[in-house]
Amino acid sequence: MFDTLFIGLSLSSILLLVALGLAVTYGAMGIINMAHGEMVMIGAYVAVLSNIWLGTNLLLTIPLAFLVTAALGYGLERLVVRRLYGRLLDTLLATWGIAILLQQAIRLEFGLSFFGIHVEGLGSGLQNVPVPQFLQGTLGLFGLQLNSYRVFIVLVTLVLAGLTWFTLYRTPLGMKVRAIIRNPQMAAACGIDVKATNAITFALGSGLAGVAGVLMAGFRSVSPDMGATMVVDGFMVVVTGGVGSLLGTMAAAGILGEINALVAIFFNEIAGRASVLLVVILVILLRPAGLFSFKGR
Amino acid sequence: MTLKRRQFLTTATVSAGALAMPGYIRSARAAETIQVGALYSQTGGLSVVEKMLASAVQLAASEINASGGVLGKQIEVIVEDGASDPKTFAEKAQKLVIKDKVQTVFGCHTSASRKAVLPIFERRNAMLFYQTHYEGFECSRNVVYLGAVPNQQLSNYIPWIINTLGKKKFFIVGSNYVYPREMAKVSKSLIEAGGAEWVADEYLELGHSEWAVMVNKIKESGADVVLSHVVGDSIISFYREFRNQGLSHAELPICATVTSEIEIAAMGPEYAAGSYTSFPYFMSIDRPENRSFIERYRAFVNDPKAITYHSLEAAYFQLFLWKQAVEKAGDFSADGIRENIRGQEYDAPGGPVKVDPDNLHTWVTPNIGQWQDDGQSKIVDSYGKPIKPLPYSGYGETAENLFCTAAGLDSSKL
Repeated sequence: MFDTLFIGLSLSSILLLVALGLAVTYGAMGIINMAHGEMVMIGAYVAVLSNIWLGTNLLLTIPLAFLVTAALGYGLERLVVRRLYGRLLDTLLATWGIAILLQQAIRLEFGLSFFGIHVEGLGSGLQNVPVPQFLQGTLGLFGLQLNSYRVFIVLVTLVLAGLTWFTLYRTPLGMKVRAIIRNPQMAAACGIDVKATNAITFALGSGLAGVAGVLMAGFRSVSPDMGATMVVDGFMVVVTGGVGSLLGTMAAAGILGEINALVAIFFNEIAGRASVLLVVILVILLRPAGLFSFKGR
Repeated sequence: MTLKRRQFLTTATVSAGALAMPGYIRSARAAETIQVGALYSQTGGLSVVEKMLASAVQLAASEINASGGVLGKQIEVIVEDGASDPKTFAEKAQKLVIKDKVQTVFGCHTSASRKAVLPIFERRNAMLFYQTHYEGFECSRNVVYLGAVPNQQLSNYIPWIINTLGKKKFFIVGSNYVYPREMAKVSKSLIEAGGAEWVADEYLELGHSEWAVMVNKIKESGADVVLSHVVGDSIISFYREFRNQGLSHAELPICATVTSEIEIAAMGPEYAAGSYTSFPYFMSIDRPENRSFIERYRAFVNDPKAITYHSLEAAYFQLFLWKQAVEKAGDFSADGIRENIRGQEYDAPGGPVKVDPDNLHTWVTPNIGQWQDDGQSKIVDSYGKPIKPLPYSGYGETAENLFCTAAGLDSSKL
């Protein structure tokens, strides 16, 4: 039984990992960021490239990937997203375009492949990242043999969720962000620099996606289109949890992950996946605003 | 000297002309060419693998051309991009067959793309050469199938697992689509015939990479061997999760039918070391023909570390079988190829192959390889000689009772 719960927890943590960044960009900023999955992908490629070219191990790549994707996110916000606030569907299209550009950039090795130059670690092939020795195999915990890499992912996800919560609820920046979520015009009237805050928030969300990418790289193959399916799962979690609520996102990830694991173990994988989608549909039907939503004022 | 705009333009035009010249001269000299199609994805998710297949086709064509061509004509390969999308495959097949009027197309990789182009080849009576191992259950008079069908991957594999490895409880796992399900059907009948049992038959969505639950189930199932028909990306996360949950190939080996040199390289060889795959061709097959093939392929794609594998070998040798059929027929027509390729034999890099006179599938030799730490396989068992392809073995077809013959499919037997 604890076995099953742990697997559920592990599925939840992976869902949360991707959703955390989205909870910030979509939840807080109201941007349908289709390029979020590609930020995860870029994070994974940072892990691949720094492993090949710098020889760093997976743990050291985490802060590096955060910085790279956060910088990329900051740039995107300044160049594109900034011009589209309040135009929900336009943000969807624009970020989707960016997603395709990013995928092709990796596939074409930033254009170098046209000149016959091949950069090891880029291109359309599958890449992989070695996992440090101590994270391979199993870990004896409470009399159970647990996959140590998954334990590691759960712990990192908890730390990241904690940090995100701290940033949003215990720092001046977080206070500004929450004020903007509630009412951007009023926040601006109170002297909050909405533009600057939004840029930092978007960078933060992108950075979180980058960290998710590094962790993903440890247990699956890395390829240019890996992000495309993830973004769907991410939105599912955020919408189920309630847009704008960090707690809701965490709860939704937990519930969906456990349901997936339980149904998959007692029936089969395909039923597991289907039941998750069913629960999402039910939640949206019965509570259109999501599990946790604050009342608008 | 500063280059003026006009000067620059002149230089550019002249050098572009010079660059184009060699091609012009070549086509002028080799007035007699025969066009064939190569229909593979050059873009999209499947392009990684399919580009390799297209290179193998071009390598074979260039070798045939260097040795004088076919019936005195040089082969001109028209490469079309299927873009990893069956609909695009159908459009491009139409372009090749109707507009370019080619009689032979080498191509398609997935069953979905083959099924999409099939009606075009049948209606317009052109030939498709299809090199990938597939699930069988097809008997077209317009396709030559070069890859293995289930009986050629499984009929000595399962008895070997039961008798030599001494395994009695199979956990069958696959991706959720037609190939793994058909493979599972054939596997089950062979497992039961061998006196063993299968404890589970489970599927994961195509392209899914979350294996925690499935591997846990395998662990709890009491099975002593895993028979995997998992395809694509999922293979990599599967083998990684398998080892990370503390399972070892020494006690509970994964015996696969799809995992090839490509996936092993992508997952990191240490995750697969000790597991098995059944294929007619492995890169490690120790024949001078194979070593020379690998060398020529690497030189052709200009990558000293390039990998060869089962479908790639078939993509290469299919052109030689086609050449023999054309030469026997004396023309390039589809009817000539169909009737004259029956029974054609060729010494392929991995061993001798022969096109079956009845069903236009190919006789290949089943081999079982065990993956080593260096990402290559060690051949631990070989059938020794090619065996007859039976595309309907999952439905009771045997060598004595053929469902698919030169006359087509006898559907009354299904």
